Amino acid sequence: MTLDTSVLFQIAGIGIIVAMIHTILKQMGKEEYAQFVSLIGFIIVLLFVLDSISDLFQQIRSVFFLQG
Amino acid sequence: MELFEVISIGVIASVLFLLIKDKQPTIAFLVVLFTVIYFFLFIMQYVQEILRLIAYLGERANINSVYIKTILQIIGISYITEIGANIVRDAGLKSVAVKIEMVGKVFILILAIPIFQSLIETIINIFPIT
Repeated sequence: MTLDTSVLFQIAGIGIIVAMIHTILKQMGKEEYAQFVSLIGFIIVLLFVLDSISDLFQQIRSVFFLQG
Repeated sequence: MELFEVISIGVIASVLFLLIKDKQPTIAFLVVLFTVIYFFLFIMQYVQEILRLIAYLGERANINSVYIKTILQIIGISYITEIGANIVRDAGLKSVAVKIEMVGKVFILILAIPIFQSLIETIINIFPIT
């Protein structure tokens, strides 16, 4: 197994925390910071997912002789 | 048994998706994306063994390895097209998904050209056209 499930919970946890910070900042009236926080949370999660996407593509390439 | 692992990961992912869908739809989509990729990575190690068996059988049957390789490449293209099209369709972009499938079909056709040519040449050799 190249991956483990803990990444799934990490992604969901980051999502929940970002949603919480977003709500708090919105209540405080800092709309622009709230947007910024959700953008950064998205980028962090995207990095996790991109890692696994590249893993998958590499593995498919090696399994199905698709080099080149 | 690993089937139960897959089923429970799917259920957990759908619960987490429902949890963060309202607040952060983009991160919820990434949860779905990660789950799909996890399943495909999971299945890939078993597919590898099956393909090794197919290659072995072709080798024992003295089939030209180019044909077996082309068939496996076509299967790989259809796999990865399916993954990409389904992910894009989950995000709601149906037209882009249809285009991805179209590109996959065209690439499969391009891979099949050498086999088709050799088939035509064999037929012409058997029945020479005067």
